[in-house]
Amino acid sequence: MLVLDHVTMKYPTGTTALNDVSITIEKGEFVFIVGSSGSGKTTLMKLLLKELDPTAGTIMINGKDYSKVKRKDIPKIRRDIGVVFQNFRLLKDRNVYENVAFAQRIVETPPRYIRRQVPSMLTMVGLGDKYKSFPKELSGGEQQRVALARALVNNPSILLADEPTGNLDPKNSWDIMNLLEEVNKRGTTVVVVTHNREIVNAMKKRVVTLKKGTIISDEKKGGYIDED
Amino acid sequence: MKISTLWYCFLQGLKNIKRNLLFSLASVGTIVACLFLFGTFYAIVMNFEAIMQQMEESVAVTVFFDSGISQEKIDEIGEAIRVRPEVNTMDFMSAEDAWKQYSNELFHGDQEKIDAAFGTDNPLADYASYNITITEVEKQVEFVEFLEGLDGVRKVKSSEATAKQLESINALVGYASVGVIVILLLVSIFLISNTITIGITIRKEEISIMKLIGATDFFVRTPFIVEGITIGLVGSAIPCVFLFFMYKMVTDFLTNTFSDLASWLKFLPRNEVFQVLVPVCLLIGVGIGFVGSLITTRKHLKV
Repeated sequence: MLVLDHVTMKYPTGTTALNDVSITIEKGEFVFIVGSSGSGKTTLMKLLLKELDPTAGTIMINGKDYSKVKRKDIPKIRRDIGVVFQNFRLLKDRNVYENVAFAQRIVETPPRYIRRQVPSMLTMVGLGDKYKSFPKELSGGEQQRVALARALVNNPSILLADEPTGNLDPKNSWDIMNLLEEVNKRGTTVVVVTHNREIVNAMKKRVVTLKKGTIISDEKKGGYIDED
Repeated sequence: MKISTLWYCFLQGLKNIKRNLLFSLASVGTIVACLFLFGTFYAIVMNFEAIMQQMEESVAVTVFFDSGISQEKIDEIGEAIRVRPEVNTMDFMSAEDAWKQYSNELFHGDQEKIDAAFGTDNPLADYASYNITITEVEKQVEFVEFLEGLDGVRKVKSSEATAKQLESINALVGYASVGVIVILLLVSIFLISNTITIGITIRKEEISIMKLIGATDFFVRTPFIVEGITIGLVGSAIPCVFLFFMYKMVTDFLTNTFSDLASWLKFLPRNEVFQVLVPVCLLIGVGIGFVGSLITTRKHLKV
């Protein structure tokens, strides 16, 4: 379970990115976070990944209060959260196999399991035959699939996807969203930050809408709300 | 941490060198250039100081005795001098040997002419002497005062001007070489750490990705440290090997070309120079590689 309780985030510059935000996301839910630029979506993602600490309020993931987590324990929390970025953020000097295997190496998975699980994960995202390719040899959609395989290979309980279709064409966008839905059906909590109106409206999932750092709408089976 | 993870981090460090070949070559090149300059200057300074030392040691003090003094008394004075810490070498020249040497120089060894001029007389009968070289030219004045105060000593001959000149040159070279070595060392440290810092900074995105997917600081940092140490090791070993062979060639060449100066142009044995130079260079290369990568990665680990 993921809980944000009266979370406020003020940057040292004086900008308030999030103001008294409270959201509870149950285990196994699929949630879209939508909003225009400057609404606080990126800050929310950074808070969930503990890249930032809120100036007020509490964040709890799977019962762990983020404010009580020591710096040295942050990696342990992140290992239970798969993350996918808009610009993929793959390790450019490593091939597809190594990019996915890397996520397993950091949790010290025995090499024999890595050799078994990585090809299986790549097959699931449809890249079983491209394990030797380097990121620059792949299309945007393929790179996002690699990022998804990397995010899922350690079986995280939560998957955060920050604009996962932002750099993709409609077909690839739908492929990725179908994969995310598939992952969600297997029990993983999925949180997707997106601008993609068509996908949000078509998927009929829970939609949380942010505007200038506050929640203006939180609907089950909702749609994309125009803020204006 | 598991051994297999450590091994993986170690191998990643080595692979990173290949992955970032251009940066690795630039770093190694910088270290080679800096340490080559440092090593060359160090070898020159060490040899210069050794030559100066030889020259200092060749500055002699000569002690003459009172007229009619007994050999026992001369021996007694000799013992008093010999125990002094300033004494490097000490040779006794009897009045007979002094005359023999002088007359040979004057008459080119023509015994008939010597006999005709002086018969059995020894004009240098009162010129038995101790010829002493001292360890440190700076102590000459004090040492001469001691000699002049000895009972039975008539005269002490020394070249105060030469001693003072050598003392001044030695001090000047000492200060200048320490200054230049320190500057070279600081420039080397700055350039090398700067190159390593740039190399890591351009990969801060990579570090940030690793951190966001749950890598520990140790896991992220270890390959960079392995990389830094390896680059430092290779970069410092190359100039050491190069200088090691070059030193022999250059000193042999100079000794052969300037054979007339062989009496004072004596270079230090190669091992004597390199037993200090090699560890210092390796320490600088490996040390900066280690510390540079440690500090720079720390800066980017706060993700």
